[in-house]
Amino acid sequence: MSNVETLPGRGGFGRLFGRMATTVRLSLSKLSREPLGMVGFIVLAVLVIVAIFAPWIAPYSPTAQNLPQALQAPSWAHWAGTDEFGRDILSRLIHGTRITIQTVLAVTLIVGPVGLIVGVVAGFVGGRTDAILMRATDIVLSFPSLIPALAFAAAMGAGLQTAIIAISLTGWPPIARLARAEALVVRNTDYVAAARLYGASPLRILFLYIAPMCIPSVVVRLTLNMAGIILTAAALGFLGLGAQPPAPEWGAMISNGRKFMLDYWWVAVMPGPAILITSLAFNLVGDALRDLLDPRHVRS
Amino acid sequence: MIEVENLEVAFGKGDDRKQVVKSVSFKVAKGETLGIVGESGCGKSTVLRSLAGLDRHWTGRIALAGQDVAKERTKQQFELAQMVFQDPYGSIHPRHRIERVLAELLRAMQRGEGWDRVVPALERVGLPAAFAERFPHELSGGQRQRVAIARALMLAPQILLLDEPTSALDVSVQAEVLNLLSDLREEQQLTYVLVSHDLSVIAHMCDRVLVMKEGVFVDELTPEAFRGGEITQAYSKTLFEASFL
Repeated sequence: MSNVETLPGRGGFGRLFGRMATTVRLSLSKLSREPLGMVGFIVLAVLVIVAIFAPWIAPYSPTAQNLPQALQAPSWAHWAGTDEFGRDILSRLIHGTRITIQTVLAVTLIVGPVGLIVGVVAGFVGGRTDAILMRATDIVLSFPSLIPALAFAAAMGAGLQTAIIAISLTGWPPIARLARAEALVVRNTDYVAAARLYGASPLRILFLYIAPMCIPSVVVRLTLNMAGIILTAAALGFLGLGAQPPAPEWGAMISNGRKFMLDYWWVAVMPGPAILITSLAFNLVGDALRDLLDPRHVRS
Repeated sequence: MIEVENLEVAFGKGDDRKQVVKSVSFKVAKGETLGIVGESGCGKSTVLRSLAGLDRHWTGRIALAGQDVAKERTKQQFELAQMVFQDPYGSIHPRHRIERVLAELLRAMQRGEGWDRVVPALERVGLPAAFAERFPHELSGGQRQRVAIARALMLAPQILLLDEPTSALDVSVQAEVLNLLSDLREEQQLTYVLVSHDLSVIAHMCDRVLVMKEGVFVDELTPEAFRGGEITQAYSKTLFEASFL
């Protein structure tokens, strides 16, 4: 039995690393057959890099006022023009990616685990637990996401954190429903029955057998949700309930520019493409992930 | 080895109550293979699932290896009987490598990591050790069913419950799997209960055959009677003729 030593599973970081490398290579080769998805991933990677290195990339400070330069049209000095305080709009957009990416990540990290756990537990346990959890989900689902956010901002004061919590509060029910539907299917499979027969505890079945099978579709759904999160965050910013001035939040920038829209169009317009490109990138990535992770959606 | 008395299984309550198995009793001796045949929906799989401990809607008495078992089994009682499922594509965790599939039993039973038992278990069912690294989707149906059998044998049970173990496989692979099961039975003194609607599989494997119809056993046959076609009971005769036409 000399081959026992070569079997993995017992430590062996090199081997684990090798397996991960294989998985990544396989995914990349699949992805290269999806040009649109590839574009989404590249745009997203660029956005993340811009967000991380914003202070070094941005040509001007996002908040320093320069009143003699106020409301300049786009030019070589200011590619996207300046706003009413003479701040460079391009620099503000670049710094705004930080706020956007931060919001999206924070909301996703809250919504994903909460939705997954609620849904999987409801689907697996069933009975009364299922009924209670799903009715709670239905109640939350019946709120349009902006309304609790408004109430929340009124109660806790406007700000980025409030916006994140408010969006998260209404964001988890779709995930929970999806996870529940998946769990209902997985619960009745033979390999779960087999696991019951070798005495696997309910918790073991829940976390090692059912939850992992629900994760791919949840990840896909989360990615597709990210575009919606960006839009809701921008809407909250537009209403003055998101990040507060002088923070360069894209929605808030549009809202400011509204006052000068007729004479100085670039102030209101410039954040638009940024929001559009980011949402589009997330949607493309979500679609590509669905093709990669979910074998049921075969491209015809 | 197995004693079943007045086993009744019913699902639902009140007007929706549907009695699937109606007071059946049978015994299986050690080392024997009992076959259960019948049409779809006659309750044969339900009997098997009750024996395994998957269905908890039964009343009556079930004893495995001389020990009465309740609806909720203890870990020791699970070790007495394991089950092989019909569909090898659905009965193995699709995201676990084969080594993990096999080691899971020992981990769930809290008997250590179990990695060192993987290779012997694979060799026992005639699979190369290299398969431990693969995922189920990289295996053929017959190979998967072998893995499922290896898994069922991991805990060294005395009883193996086979729910149509070959009906999802090609005919050529069917024979391989059936021969493997026969060899294992001789090697390890296993007791089988085999449920199938394929009469040739039953005739090949079983020492005794029970014919089931609408939740009751209507006939008991020997494989000789089967092969010779000496069947007297009316329903068995219909079943027999229908499947050899």
